Amino acid sequence: MYKIVRKKELNSAVTLMEIEAPFVAKKAKAGQFIIFRIDEEGERVPLTIAGYDREKGTVSIIFQKVGFTTNALGNLNEGDYIRDFVGPLGKPTETEGIKRVCVVGGGVGCAIALPSAQGFKEAGAQVDVIVGFRNKDIVILEDEFKACADNLYLMTDDGSYGEHGFVTVKLQQLLESGVHYDEVLAIGPIPMMKFVAKTTEPFGVKTMVSLNPIMVDGTGMCGGCRVTVGGETKFACVDGPEFDGHKVDYAELMNRNSVYRDREAEVKETHTCRMDAMGKALIK
Amino acid sequence: MANMTLTKTPMPEQDPKVRARNFKEVTLGYTAEMAVEEAKRCLGCKKPKCVEGCPVNVRIPEFIGKVAEGDFAAAYEIITSTNALPALSGRVCPQETQCEAQCVRGIKGEPVAIGRLERFVADWYRENVNAMPEKTASNGMKVAVVGSGPAGMTCASDLAKRGYEVTMFEALHTAGGVLVYGIPEFRLPKAIVANEVKKLEAQGVNVMTNMVIGRVLSIDELFEMGYKAVFVGSGAGLPMFMHIPGEAFKGVYSANEYLTRTNLMKAYLEQDDTPIMKSKAVAVVGGGNVAMDAARCAMRLGADKVYIVYRRGEAEMPARLEEQHHAKEEGIEFKTLCNPVEILGNEDGGVSGMKCIRMELGEPDASGRRRPVEIEGSEFVLDVDTVIMALGTSPNPLIRSTTPGLETNKKGCLIVNEEEMTTREGVFAGGDAVTGAATVILAMGAGKKGAAAIDKFLQNK
Repeated sequence: MYKIVRKKELNSAVTLMEIEAPFVAKKAKAGQFIIFRIDEEGERVPLTIAGYDREKGTVSIIFQKVGFTTNALGNLNEGDYIRDFVGPLGKPTETEGIKRVCVVGGGVGCAIALPSAQGFKEAGAQVDVIVGFRNKDIVILEDEFKACADNLYLMTDDGSYGEHGFVTVKLQQLLESGVHYDEVLAIGPIPMMKFVAKTTEPFGVKTMVSLNPIMVDGTGMCGGCRVTVGGETKFACVDGPEFDGHKVDYAELMNRNSVYRDREAEVKETHTCRMDAMGKALIK
Repeated sequence: MANMTLTKTPMPEQDPKVRARNFKEVTLGYTAEMAVEEAKRCLGCKKPKCVEGCPVNVRIPEFIGKVAEGDFAAAYEIITSTNALPALSGRVCPQETQCEAQCVRGIKGEPVAIGRLERFVADWYRENVNAMPEKTASNGMKVAVVGSGPAGMTCASDLAKRGYEVTMFEALHTAGGVLVYGIPEFRLPKAIVANEVKKLEAQGVNVMTNMVIGRVLSIDELFEMGYKAVFVGSGAGLPMFMHIPGEAFKGVYSANEYLTRTNLMKAYLEQDDTPIMKSKAVAVVGGGNVAMDAARCAMRLGADKVYIVYRRGEAEMPARLEEQHHAKEEGIEFKTLCNPVEILGNEDGGVSGMKCIRMELGEPDASGRRRPVEIEGSEFVLDVDTVIMALGTSPNPLIRSTTPGLETNKKGCLIVNEEEMTTREGVFAGGDAVTGAATVILAMGAGKKGAAAIDKFLQNK
């Protein structure tokens, strides 16, 4: 059992939790992920690590309440326990040899972009950060990014905060103005990562994207997380989750990620009873 | 008086039509009367060939003799003196190619039903005695076992018996490895596996789940933590695909994923959260035991039509005869000499069919089996909405890629010497991680051998 030691709502749909998991905290690095399971009947859900405290033995996760399991997790509180928490899984963000990097985060993807940006900073790189949100209300982690970025560009789709426009608009401007990056790392919704890669391609800038395919075990066994990169089958859990953004088959990834969408909708209807039961158990 | 009936005492099983829609165990096991009757078919050979045919050398005629006398507790003691997991091997061993293949009664008629008797004894003991094993006094030496499948469990048990302080690390949330995520409930009830894990714990084995060795701890760190030797029984790895067009459509699974969702995550139970597709027609590609398991799970999950698609002929199928037989009884259709060339998709990105080509058998290939050759122009489309690839696996890279000095062969399997030691001193390995995908009993045999080798290594140090 793994204890939730801190819970913070970052906006109405996004929650941060700090989980007591000393083994994971000891080894965690930016770019890696964990898999959690709430209880005995729960599914295994992967989440990229948002931070860690080796001294305290805790790992932070930031998640958007989109499906049954993330909603159920969001209903838990400080002091509650979850059944399983395994990691760190996947390969860490490669920071070696990078002198100047642009980290691009979109929406809740910023949660994962942050430790990578911090990682690059610690490794001595000059770090530019572009983060994008739909509107002002859902902006997260602004102070944390300010603390680690040499230049922070905050974008909103509707212009209600920061600059108006998508992250790719700003990235395009920077590249056109002659800024040279050794690498661009994009983390966010699949279409965003795809367009970041499209933006950098004409400039020949190495671009990495962090993929989030459906997974079961996360340890290199089930093959559910396979993605096509440069025409080859890769497994996000052991070969990734970061891949060359210019080579990823995004359409295939989006299609595969939609496989259980109908079921999620159905579950929302029928699973409320289990939610209630879990709620009651917690109150007890 | 020996029972000279030429055929095995039949074992009761669920009616095929009923069981094809539930996950309860297919075969129901012998009653005490049936077991005694079958045991009397054993001639008690002075030089028992069956024992040589067993990878863990169960003292077969001796235990069967006790069954014939009705002394089931004594039979259990004899079996477990060499086999830590008889309830498992009695169910999933390919006896027809091992012990039973050597039985003299098989020359004229059917061999003695050794597997069924082993299962009976193990089940009888669990249901009537189930005494937890005693903990051996510690010799003060710590050994790490990586993986809690059949190799790891056997190795851990044997080491604990010898007084070692064993920690068994499991990557998933439940111990048991392939016995839990791979082999379905209807062939091996999970409560039986859980009972075996409980017995290991009673022996003093510390079972740690959610520990992915190679990520959370490296092999080197295990030594730094004071473990004097490590046994790697991490099992088979990533599933193989055919690399034909359409394998990325929704509705194309590896058998590993399909079985893990079904067995480990219990996707077939209403109250469990893990999803699995509700399929109408399923094609399982492959002819091994895993293919049979996947096909039979698909049937139980409600498919109207399930096919096994295999490129060679039925005689070449690697699956156990009993599994093939059970699958057919349950209504699974075998499309042998038939190979997929493309998976067809619909506008929704799902599977709309699988294009196959008919094959014929040509000259023998390197494996000695006749090579299947395509018959030109014989393509046809199988009407399915789900495809499950059961083509085997390639070893997991996590341990070999994080352990300097650990060498593997071309296929990525760990190289071991005749003492089961890898190319790193003190690191031993066995099971699928060494052999590539094989059977439960071979993994158990390797675990046993590994434990003996570790003991010898540490005692001579």
